[in-house]
Amino acid sequence: MDIFGIPIQALMGQLLIGLINGSFYAILSLGLAIIFGLLNIINFAHGALYMTGAFCAWIGLTWLGLNYWVALIAVPVVVGALGMLIERTMLKHLYQLDHLYGLLLTFGLALIIEGLFRYRFGISGESYPVPELLSGGFNLGFMFLPKYRAWVVAVSLVVCFGSWFIIERTKLGSYLRAGTENPQLLQAFGINVPLMITLTYGFGVALAALAGVLAAPVFQVNPVMGSNLIIVVFAVVVIGGMGSIMGSIVTGLGLGLIEGLTRVFYPEASAVVIFVIMGIVLLLRPAGLFGRER
Amino acid sequence: MKRKILGSAIAATVAMAPALSPAATTVSDGIVKLGVLTDMSGTYSDLSGPGALEATKMAVEDFVAKEKPDFKIEVISADHQNKADISANKAREWFDTQKVDAIVDLVTTSTALAVMKVANEKNRVSLVSGAGSTPITNEQCNDTTVHWAYDTYALPVGTAKAVVKQGGKNWYFITADYAFGHSLEKNTSDVVTKSGGKVLGSVRHPFPGSDFSSFLLSAQASGAQVIGLANAGADTINSIKQAKEFGITPKQSLAGLLMFISDVHSLGLEATAGMYLTTGFYWDRNDETRAWSKRYFEKMKRMPTMVQAGDYSATYHYLKAIKAAGTDEAKAVMAKMREMPVNDFFAKNGKVRVDGRMVHDMYLAQVKKPSESKYPWDYYHIREVIPGDEAYIPLAESKCPLVKK
Repeated sequence: MDIFGIPIQALMGQLLIGLINGSFYAILSLGLAIIFGLLNIINFAHGALYMTGAFCAWIGLTWLGLNYWVALIAVPVVVGALGMLIERTMLKHLYQLDHLYGLLLTFGLALIIEGLFRYRFGISGESYPVPELLSGGFNLGFMFLPKYRAWVVAVSLVVCFGSWFIIERTKLGSYLRAGTENPQLLQAFGINVPLMITLTYGFGVALAALAGVLAAPVFQVNPVMGSNLIIVVFAVVVIGGMGSIMGSIVTGLGLGLIEGLTRVFYPEASAVVIFVIMGIVLLLRPAGLFGRER
Repeated sequence: MKRKILGSAIAATVAMAPALSPAATTVSDGIVKLGVLTDMSGTYSDLSGPGALEATKMAVEDFVAKEKPDFKIEVISADHQNKADISANKAREWFDTQKVDAIVDLVTTSTALAVMKVANEKNRVSLVSGAGSTPITNEQCNDTTVHWAYDTYALPVGTAKAVVKQGGKNWYFITADYAFGHSLEKNTSDVVTKSGGKVLGSVRHPFPGSDFSSFLLSAQASGAQVIGLANAGADTINSIKQAKEFGITPKQSLAGLLMFISDVHSLGLEATAGMYLTTGFYWDRNDETRAWSKRYFEKMKRMPTMVQAGDYSATYHYLKAIKAAGTDEAKAVMAKMREMPVNDFFAKNGKVRVDGRMVHDMYLAQVKKPSESKYPWDYYHIREVIPGDEAYIPLAESKCPLVKK
């Protein structure tokens, strides 16, 4: 059976790959959305922190002998702590100012972090092996699905919807959301708002680092892996609606699928299709698909 | 005080002495200045970049030590960020205000084409090693450019022929969607068809990319025995890594059409073992290449790519030509460069043709299995030496206007 001249089996394969890429978009854009929602900071360093996560996994494996499973837990904690340090020492001075200052600061940070890794590791990067337990794959009939990719989708779905649940459905989440609306009032109820903000930034950064660890066995670990991805992820966040948690998850997965389809029908356009959609969405719904007009 | 003045006078006379000897070189502005213009921090900085600068400096040091020239030599460098406009502006600035005589390296075709045009206008020399496309010595050739290490015509001659001969008859291409990728795909297709193989199709990916699984899946569906990677750098690295992940290799085999030793180093032998590639230089080929490469390694902590070794060889030959010509005037130096054979660790009896192509032997290499690699950077078996005349476009087929037919 063919659809537009493409065998349905090939199409299924490409859609599945789209979903895998969408998982990366979702987990990264989720972090950005959380940070923007609560801190009002457009975190341009997100890509660099994702790259830092991947490199930390590599460093852990090669220099310290820590395996993938340890890295999966330890790296987000370490990089998240680095994020909190950045928030405490730099970002906190910018909350009263325009968005633009946060954007410029984090953009500068991204360049510095990338530069440091480039200086130390060179541009070709390093190779991270797929963990033993997840090597090999399943034969689905229409395609060969590497076990590791299936794992990536599973982890990302659990993490994304788990985060959504915490923020939208728990008491802790309600504090966070209240903090966005009216920090002074929340403070008056005896909640330590600055600490909450620091932890939130740390959590957003930890998500980026987790995506980095997940990506390490799939992509070559190199200093520019983050900047290649970050622009797409920003487009995802804008399409989903800045700061919308569910929006970023759904859009991330959806755009992965659309990108996958484009690669079947017109591969040359696969790099721009997301931006075309972004343009259309901004024209028709300036606040994004899931965003609320303020 | 008096003694001091006398001392300096003597020193001055001694310094002047070579200039007064009959065979003195007349060098414009009293100095030969080389500008290394390359990608210092981007995609191509591992295969050229800081290593290209170091190799050029080594060439100058060795030349001064061995040939004792009667002129001063200086090396400067800049990062062109792989952008044609930045390169052209930098070159213009160097020629007009810095008195640069020759520009070295020029990785990325677009920058090379832009700079060689400016250099030709100003009557200065371009020593291209980094860029690979064939227009440099064909449609856009000029009489002050030399193309040294490799080109996209020479690469598939070794790799594609060898792979077809091994039984890899049906090909499918994964091609970077820009001039370099297209030209590499076309040149390779020609070689494949000529050697009795067949091209089943190709897919073009945006440049640069990071996820190649969709394209690999298309290649898998084509049923081709060989997947030709008409891309470079990080794109090639990720394609190879992901082909393994999706179980495409070893059922179908991959042919990297432009691979540098820096790519193999960063991927590791596990992922690359058995692949064929064509190169203009391999550090561990003989005593001479080893000796030079080990000196290079001392400074850079990496083994040189063919681009970096090519920069050394081109620079040394250029300086030798200045000495032989007795001037640094571009046309006269170019005439000497064409006249003198290139004999160093990089090339044996290499010759610079009228179209600017430096013709030298190329090597068909196969990447070793991890178990065969005995020491660091022990990566290749050299399977075949491809004589220069077979590797490069014959002058009869050249589209360069300088070639008289």
